[in-house]
Amino acid sequence: MNKRLLRDLGLEIWLPIVLVVVWWFASASSTSFYFPPLSKIMESFAADWLDPTQAFDNLLPSLALLGMGYGLALVSGVVIGTLFGLVTPLEEAARPVLEFLRAIPGVALLPVFIVLFGIDQPMKVLLIAFGSFWPVFLNTVDGVRGIEPLLLDVAGVFRLGRARRLFSIILPGASPQIFAGARTALAISLIIMVVAETVGGSGGVGYFLLDAQRNFRVQSMWGAIIALGILGYLLNIAFRIIERLVLRWHRLQQARLESNS
Amino acid sequence: MTITGSKGKARDEGAVPSSVALEASGLGHAYKGREVLGSIDFAVRRGEFVCIVGPSGVGQTTLLRCLAGLQRSTRGQVLVKGTAITEPVRGVAVVFQDYSRSLMPWASVRDNVTLPLRANGTPKVEANRIAAESLAQVGLDEHVSDLYPWQLSGGMQQRVAIARALAYGPEVMLMDEPFASVDAQTRADLEDLVRRLQRDLELTVILVTHDIDEAVYLSDRVIALAGKPAHVSDIVDVPLGADRDQIGTKGTPEFAEIRAAVHGLIRRKDDAVS
Repeated sequence: MNKRLLRDLGLEIWLPIVLVVVWWFASASSTSFYFPPLSKIMESFAADWLDPTQAFDNLLPSLALLGMGYGLALVSGVVIGTLFGLVTPLEEAARPVLEFLRAIPGVALLPVFIVLFGIDQPMKVLLIAFGSFWPVFLNTVDGVRGIEPLLLDVAGVFRLGRARRLFSIILPGASPQIFAGARTALAISLIIMVVAETVGGSGGVGYFLLDAQRNFRVQSMWGAIIALGILGYLLNIAFRIIERLVLRWHRLQQARLESNS
Repeated sequence: MTITGSKGKARDEGAVPSSVALEASGLGHAYKGREVLGSIDFAVRRGEFVCIVGPSGVGQTTLLRCLAGLQRSTRGQVLVKGTAITEPVRGVAVVFQDYSRSLMPWASVRDNVTLPLRANGTPKVEANRIAAESLAQVGLDEHVSDLYPWQLSGGMQQRVAIARALAYGPEVMLMDEPFASVDAQTRADLEDLVRRLQRDLELTVILVTHDIDEAVYLSDRVIALAGKPAHVSDIVDVPLGADRDQIGTKGTPEFAEIRAAVHGLIRRKDDAVS
C-alpha cells in the first residue's frame, strides 16, 4: 500500500519538477522586464507569501471571501436543488429560465452586481455564490431525481418521516452527484474570487495581483500567480480528501463493479 | 369474468372476521386507461402462507404494491385487519425482488436493518439489538453487520432484506418474487428459511411468484391469477402438512397433483383470453 502511494506520488510529481527546472534555467539569464528570472520571482514569492504575517494579510481576505461565497453556493444549491428535484413540475417550469441564467458566465455579472450591491465584500460573496451555485444546483436536481425508485418504495413501506426520508435516503443517494457539482463549483469560485477582488480595496490575492501589475512590481505579480496556483491546488486536494471520506462507499462500490465486469 | 366461486370459497374459509389479516375486496387497477387488474377478491388468514402465482406480466407486482399501500388501486380496496388502507400501515413489511436496489448501498448492513426501527422511533441501542437478533434469525453472522450490503453475495443480500422486514416486527410480510434473482440452491435455502420464519414467528406471508413449484411448496393456499386484466382464477388449498422438504415433498403424488391443477388454472384462463 505504501509502495503504491509512493509510486503514485512519484508519477504526480515528476512533471512539475521538470517544468520548474526548465523554467529556472531558461529564465536564468533573462533581462526582460516582464519575464524576470525565476530565481527573482521566488525571492518575491518568499517575501510575499512565505512570511507568516505577510501571507496572513494577503490570504485571509481571499479565504474568507471564498469560504463565504462557496459555502453559500453549496448550501443554497443543495437546498434549492433538492426542492426542485423533488417537485418535478417546479423544475420543468423553471428549466428554460435556469438554463439561461446558468449560461451567463459569473464574472460577466460583476458590473450588475456592483450596481446592485456596491463594491464591498457582500457584493463579492454574492457574486461568487451566484456563479458557483449552478453546478451544485443542477447536479443536486439530477441526483435527487435519479434516486432509485425502489428505495423510495422502501421508505414508503417502512413509513419514514419526511426528515428521515431526506437525510437517510435522498441526500445520501444524491451525494455522488452533489460532490461532482461541488468540485466544479470550487474551481468557478476561485476564478470569480480573483476577478471580484480586483474591484474595491478589500485586499486579497486578486487585489495584490492587480496592484503589483499596476505598480510595475512584476516579480510580485508573478509570485502572486504562483501563489494562486498553489492555493487552487491545495483546495482541490482538501476537497478530494473530504470526498474520499464521505463517498467511501461509492468509491469502493464502483471499484467492485469495475473488477466484476 | 365471474369469480364468485373463488370469492365465496375464500370467504367461507376465513369465517371468523377477526382471523383475517389482509383482504383484497373488488381490487382493480387501470394504468393509462388499460386495465391491469380485474376485480380481485381474496382474504388471507392470520398466520397463513399464501402464494399468488400467475404468468409473467399478469400484474402481480401491481397487485402487491396495492396490497402494501404503495399504490392506490383505481377500484376496490385493501383491508388490513378489517380496516381499509390508503397508504402503508404499521405491521405490513415488504421484501422486494431486487435486493441490490432495495438495500441502501451507502449504509452498513446494520444501518439498513435498523432503518425501519429508527424511522419509527426506536432508540439506537435497542434498534441495534433487534437488528442483531433479526440477522441471526435469517442465519447471518454478527460480523456482516459492519459490511456494506453489496459486499455480500446475492443470497446474503436477500437475507439482509428479509432481516430488515423482520426487524420491523410485522404481522404481514409481503414478498415480491423474492428469490427470482438468486441461483437454484440459494433459492431452495431461502425458501426453507422463509417457511421456517413464517411458522416460528407466526407470520402471515403473501408471496408473489411466477414459479408454480415454489408456490405449491411454500403455501397453505395458492391464489392463481390469470387473464388480462388479471383476476383470481381459483384459490387452491395445499394440504401437504407443515413439515416439508425440498426433495421429499416435491416428489409426492399430492404435490404433482396440486402442481398440475395450478398449472391448468393459469393456462386455461390465459388461453381463453388470447
